[in-house]
Amino acid sequence: MTAELLQFAFSGLTVGAVYALVALGFTLIYNASGVINFAQGEFVMIGGMTTVFLAAAGVPLPIAAIVAIGAAVLIGILLWALAIEPARGAPPIALIIITIGASIFLRGLAQIVFDKQFHALPPITGDAPIRIGGATVLPQTFWVLGGGFAVVVLLTLFLERTLLGKAVLATAANRLAARLVGINTAMVVCLSFAVSAGIGAFAGILITPITLTSYDVGTLLALKGFAAAMLGGIGNPVGAVAGGLLVGLIEAFGAGLISSDYKDAFAFFVILAVLFFMPAGLFGRRAVERV
Amino acid sequence: MAARFGAALILALVVVAVWFLADSNFVLRVATLVFIYGLAAIGLNILVGDAGQVSLGHAGFLGIGAYAVAIGPASLGLHPLLALVAGVLLAGVLALVIGRPILRLRGFALAVATLGLGILIAMVINNEAWLTGGPDGMRVGRLELFGWRARGTDTWYWIAAAALIFGAIVASSLKASPTGRALRAVHDSEVAAMVAGIDVARYKSAAFVISAVYAAIAGGLLALYDGFVTPDVAGYLTSIEIITMVVLGGMGSVLGAVVGAVILTALPQMLTAFAEYEHMVLGLIMMAVMIGLRAGIVPSLAALFGGVLRRVR
Repeated sequence: MTAELLQFAFSGLTVGAVYALVALGFTLIYNASGVINFAQGEFVMIGGMTTVFLAAAGVPLPIAAIVAIGAAVLIGILLWALAIEPARGAPPIALIIITIGASIFLRGLAQIVFDKQFHALPPITGDAPIRIGGATVLPQTFWVLGGGFAVVVLLTLFLERTLLGKAVLATAANRLAARLVGINTAMVVCLSFAVSAGIGAFAGILITPITLTSYDVGTLLALKGFAAAMLGGIGNPVGAVAGGLLVGLIEAFGAGLISSDYKDAFAFFVILAVLFFMPAGLFGRRAVERV
Repeated sequence: MAARFGAALILALVVVAVWFLADSNFVLRVATLVFIYGLAAIGLNILVGDAGQVSLGHAGFLGIGAYAVAIGPASLGLHPLLALVAGVLLAGVLALVIGRPILRLRGFALAVATLGLGILIAMVINNEAWLTGGPDGMRVGRLELFGWRARGTDTWYWIAAAALIFGAIVASSLKASPTGRALRAVHDSEVAAMVAGIDVARYKSAAFVISAVYAAIAGGLLALYDGFVTPDVAGYLTSIEIITMVVLGGMGSVLGAVVGAVILTALPQMLTAFAEYEHMVLGLIMMAVMIGLRAGIVPSLAALFGGVLRRVR
């Protein structure tokens, strides 16, 4: 039984790490611009699919991965420049429709540029399972967890130790005040789209050997990532990571112990329950609305 | 008068015009689908456009209506009409029970909660295969009344059109009523509305129930017309389509909801020749309209041309 629970914990943490990275992407963009980017899942798809197709064309895997992340970053910047920036000041619901439109567009584009099949990547360090306390763990799991951890550490260092990162934090805290002290907030928003896209693509490359990828994996990932960000308290990076891991664990234990048919339901069920009692999320502050 | 029947009158003229201009059964079929989705969009617009509350899960109610007319006659031996009424009641009661706690949430929290609600309903439909046929869907019996069977696009064109026009009249009347004004007050400022003595929670919940009833009726009509129903009707993408119809056409505009339904329903049908590019075109239109015409198509055009259009909004 403990071996089984350990198994669920490992698989939960693995998918949870990906949800966490997607939620982190949501959080970065939301903090910089107030936009919820529903195309976040498509970055994950672009990362995975581009790497798969470059690798199939004979490009060495590390180079393929770097090019894929670059492509996602470029698309993230284009998304900002062509769709988000021109719509500045639009009501939130219009921005939601714009980013959903962008996600549908990118899915359609991927369907043409790539194909509609499922694809896998070879694991980075082989696929001989490792046994830990009775549970079998794929080596790729450690790459996903380690990669996720590295992203969080690097992002924290960037935000707290560099001038540019501090500009991002200042913009998140108060856009008007940031602009008053000379921060180019438009550039900060652009940067947040670029970084979010890169993080998403990175997550997509790491997880593809385990969960496979196809042109339409983005939708569900975006929904789970959004839910994870809400669970942790929107706008809170620590909350986003915790929310992502939690959603992954809830899914894995729910599927293992209760019903695998309702795997995708548990996360939303828990989120509904949490929101009923803590509308600001687990780590969110209670916001007082000014009139 | 213009406020109450203007939109319905324009819709009636369009319905008759399309009937005479349509040169194929295909056009009538697309129009019928537009009417049915338009009905759902008009209902959702009461929640989104008038009361200012977002819902990303309304296809769940569409699914309840659709599966009620499928399951009722097949498993319980109910008459299809009775099954439709039962489905609408079920959707209404669910919206009433869930609405109060969900609508305490605001903004993105409300978005994710309604999203979760829709996904949960779709998942139940998908997984309880003994009742719903699961992902393969199930057949829906024909609607029969006193020996007369409603079948064929010719008949359903008029049934759907009647439902749409009736729905438009109800929505326009609601808008012009004290309830409509209360909803708009809630939209503008909940605090101000509360100070003015409006029971905010009650009105939000009322808008939620009304929009759920519209969606359930539309779902039931869709299933009866198609003669077949799959879980896709309750899925996330359907929810997104309906709210996109509302926002694209114009929030708070009855005609706008129908215009949105035309774009999202007719366009994919016209693009079937370029099936590969369908998603790209749809995504581009969603982005372009929201960037160019932020208030939505009908209100933006109304602001441009003023006068006549504004009065029927």
